Amino acid sequence: MADAHATGQQHPLKIYFIVWGLLFLFSAFSYMTDFLEHGYLRWALILLFMILKAGFIVAIFMHMAWERLALIWAILGPPIVLLVLIGLMAVEGDYTELTRLDFFSEPIAPAGHEAAH
Amino acid sequence: MAHSQSAPVAGSLEAGWQGIVTDWSADKQTFHVPWGKAMMWIFLLSDTFIFTCFLTGYMNVRLSTPVPWPNPSEVFALEVFGVSVPLLLIGIMTFDLITSSGTMALAVNYGYRRDRGRAAALMFITAAIGAIFVAMQAFEWSKLIIDEGVRPWGNPMGASQFGAAFFMITGFHGLHVSAGVAYLTIVAMKVLRGDYEKKGYEIVEIAGLYWHFVDLVWVFIFAFFYLW
Repeated sequence: MADAHATGQQHPLKIYFIVWGLLFLFSAFSYMTDFLEHGYLRWALILLFMILKAGFIVAIFMHMAWERLALIWAILGPPIVLLVLIGLMAVEGDYTELTRLDFFSEPIAPAGHEAAH
Repeated sequence: MAHSQSAPVAGSLEAGWQGIVTDWSADKQTFHVPWGKAMMWIFLLSDTFIFTCFLTGYMNVRLSTPVPWPNPSEVFALEVFGVSVPLLLIGIMTFDLITSSGTMALAVNYGYRRDRGRAAALMFITAAIGAIFVAMQAFEWSKLIIDEGVRPWGNPMGASQFGAAFFMITGFHGLHVSAGVAYLTIVAMKVLRGDYEKKGYEIVEIAGLYWHFVDLVWVFIFAFFYLW
């Protein structure tokens, strides 16, 4: 039976070293986005490097690239619905803020005074 | 004892969409991987939902408060030789986890090569790097609680939800890292002892999946909590 187990996820070491290097590179870029002005460019780069890092970790380090589609879709499919949750909560959050701004007409003091305990 | 979980010969299975249909309509087995690996993936899927709920909750409170959110770039800055470097510790923690992910990937490879000395050594190194991460996080928490006065119900820098979101998200992630350190250490000891010589070394890959997932979650926390 030993031979049957040797067929597990076995790949040349080279690909791990390449991905390892890329992850360091993307992490460095990711860190550097903190020096940019807040805005669309910064957000785009944050998301780009985040997705690149996540993609390489899942595809290569977690071997998803070599799994069968039946497993890939069972695992990566369901999180797609989370985008709906995120979208709804983003709309809801903006709405709540507008409502608060509307109802609390007085300037709001920082909440720091509560932290005195 | 492990014959039921051995992967079939690759050529005997259909590829592409036809493969999905035949795999899922198979009476016997859907996932042609060891059952432990399928279960780990399903567990990680459920964990994905938990972490997404935390991050979405954080997004919601951050969007909904009219009070300015504390700037993470300044809150997590460290002084080095009198110069304030933004997010320094968080950056180091990121590289620390990436490093441990690489050593873990190598451990999986050496496990399948049945080089159990190297596999166990790399797993111990991975666990040690993970322990360093937890130590840095403990430092970060104590700095925030003691020096900056951040509490789950408020802080001197801005929106009071900052503390609750921070402690919950990084705390739950830190708990995962700590559990991972224990898990890797136990599996590494068993690998070293030769417990898996007969069963095969899928266990190293399964432990590796968990570890890479912890790193994966950090990628999202880093982007959404620290860089936003």
